[in-house]
Amino acid sequence: MAQLTYRDAVAAGMAQEMRRDPNVVLLGEDVAAAGGVFKATVGLLDEFGAKRVKDTPISEQAIVGAAMGAAMTGLRPVVDLMFSDFFAVCWDIVANQIAKTRYMTDGQVTLPLVIRSANGAGSRFGAQHSQSVENWAMTIPGLKIVAPAFPGDVKGMLAAAIRDEDPVLFFEQKSLYATKGEVPDGEHVIELGKANVIREGTDVTIVALALMVPRALKAAEMLQEQHGINATVIDLRSLVPLDTQTILREVAKTGRLVTVEENPRLCGWGAEISSIVAEELFWDLDGPIVRVTTPHIPLAAANNLEDAQLPNPERIVASVRQLVD
Amino acid sequence: MPISAETRLKLYRSMLECRVLEKRAYDLFMQNLIKGTSHLALGQEAIAAGFGMAMRPDDYTFCTYRGHNHTLVRGVSMTAILGELMGNSSGLMRGKGGSMHLTSVKHHMMGSYAIIGAHLTIANGAAWSAQYRGTEQVAVCFFGDGTTNIGAFHEALNFAVIWKLPVVFVCENNLYMEYTSIHDVTAVEHPAADRASAYGLEPVLIDGNDVDVVYRTAQRALELARRGGGPSLIEAETYRHGGHSRADPGKYRPDDEVKAWLAKDPLPRYRTRLLQMGITEGEIEKIEGETQAAIDGATETARTAPPPPLEIADQDVWANGGSAWRN
Repeated sequence: MAQLTYRDAVAAGMAQEMRRDPNVVLLGEDVAAAGGVFKATVGLLDEFGAKRVKDTPISEQAIVGAAMGAAMTGLRPVVDLMFSDFFAVCWDIVANQIAKTRYMTDGQVTLPLVIRSANGAGSRFGAQHSQSVENWAMTIPGLKIVAPAFPGDVKGMLAAAIRDEDPVLFFEQKSLYATKGEVPDGEHVIELGKANVIREGTDVTIVALALMVPRALKAAEMLQEQHGINATVIDLRSLVPLDTQTILREVAKTGRLVTVEENPRLCGWGAEISSIVAEELFWDLDGPIVRVTTPHIPLAAANNLEDAQLPNPERIVASVRQLVD
Repeated sequence: MPISAETRLKLYRSMLECRVLEKRAYDLFMQNLIKGTSHLALGQEAIAAGFGMAMRPDDYTFCTYRGHNHTLVRGVSMTAILGELMGNSSGLMRGKGGSMHLTSVKHHMMGSYAIIGAHLTIANGAAWSAQYRGTEQVAVCFFGDGTTNIGAFHEALNFAVIWKLPVVFVCENNLYMEYTSIHDVTAVEHPAADRASAYGLEPVLIDGNDVDVVYRTAQRALELARRGGGPSLIEAETYRHGGHSRADPGKYRPDDEVKAWLAKDPLPRYRTRLLQMGITEGEIEKIEGETQAAIDGATETARTAPPPPLEIADQDVWANGGSAWRN
């Protein structure tokens, strides 16, 4: 078991799959010689060469479109879309083309492609380079959505995403790139669509994603130590497919649900989970479902402003205490 | 090299098949047997036929929502096209795509795309894949004059050139973006050809209503791409006989302009040329009779096919055939 950073786990996952399958290729802005602006593709050009690791111009439509055309004709491309905010400039290709082509063609076209992108806040990049856009994608049928929180999951789920026959949007939380964690040695693949129960409790179930997972864990420790509240924490890891069975099972045990989302409030994934739990588990609930989110405002750049916007352990603790007390 | 009489007869047959197919599609609209919208390329057949003849069977086609002809010339049956327009089980995609999304992967017809610009970037991807796999396939991407003013056009051209991709971009300039003259909304006179030099490409401007010219131009561009010479951008001037779509009678076009272009209709023009070359009236009439019989048969088969089975409505969102997003 090696200790890797989150960013090195990206490169490790890429390298594992590129060694295994010669049809896996990587393209994006500054991914080759520069090793990516977040240094998540360092070493890939040296090992796999310029034919498979390709720098592109700043042309997100051309990049994602090329990935689609390559995927429909036998390659397994991985796009490095530098910042997830840039989905807005290639959304036609993603939402209108990639997501719908299999369906519209009656199953003729298969699109095994991955779009990796640095998502989320916490790095003071301001409103256009900090968004959590996984919810944009979640409204479009035909896209799988993965957002890991730990290096081990980064490598294993990136490998699974590359092997998947469907298009997968792979959201890397940019403020987690420097974090370290255990990554199993040897071939490592984690099935998509499986949430991970990372702390088992009895009083409340906290469901979180990406950067919110370590914050939810921290909140759970504070709740235990300071308030005697024992929380379950679920790392969703994947929004589509959504592991509702794990959520329903754990919420049934604790009777209470708190979702912690980095995205702005309206129509966040927590609303969908709340709706599912309310419909299917209403009579097992001991209180209202609570959503902790970023307010419905753009993100600010200043340290104190951004910190005040994002959910943090203190806010999570306060929300849980309102529910449990 | 001269074009053989045999090839010329095939070109004529191909154009004629396109013509009768789309005239029939128009009739079926009028009978309300085709719903939604549809975009006919009546008058533009020489471009589809010329390229269709020049392409290798495993070359890729990408086209727009005005793509019935480009689909037909790759070998897809008239029945499958009309069935898709009518939304029934005989359709190419059993009604899941409709007129604007005709696709037949087994014919290497990789799709008709209904959002302007996107498919130029996607064609690049297929060309990149062919280059990567070393197959010497070429991707041919057809689009209208209106496409030259969207960002994806410019992104795709730059990208194709820097990666030296085996792709041929074909602008079918029918002089109108939708309801507006392309000249009123474009900075240059020739919307594609005048942009070529910005990407280091030769400007190629051809008579898109002369199938021999189209065929020869296609051969050259395909050969260049196949031997690693990179992309081409071709502007083929043409004219659609009708409006933009089913809803549009095309009244914004001056009568004398329409008249002048009808006189350049690629079909009668080619018929005359064939006769001048010594091909007999009988040979031509035989093709015309066969084509008419083919469209009548296809219409009957497509018209009487049952609706698509309801269960396909939620199939094939995913590669496992299903649509589940949760467990």
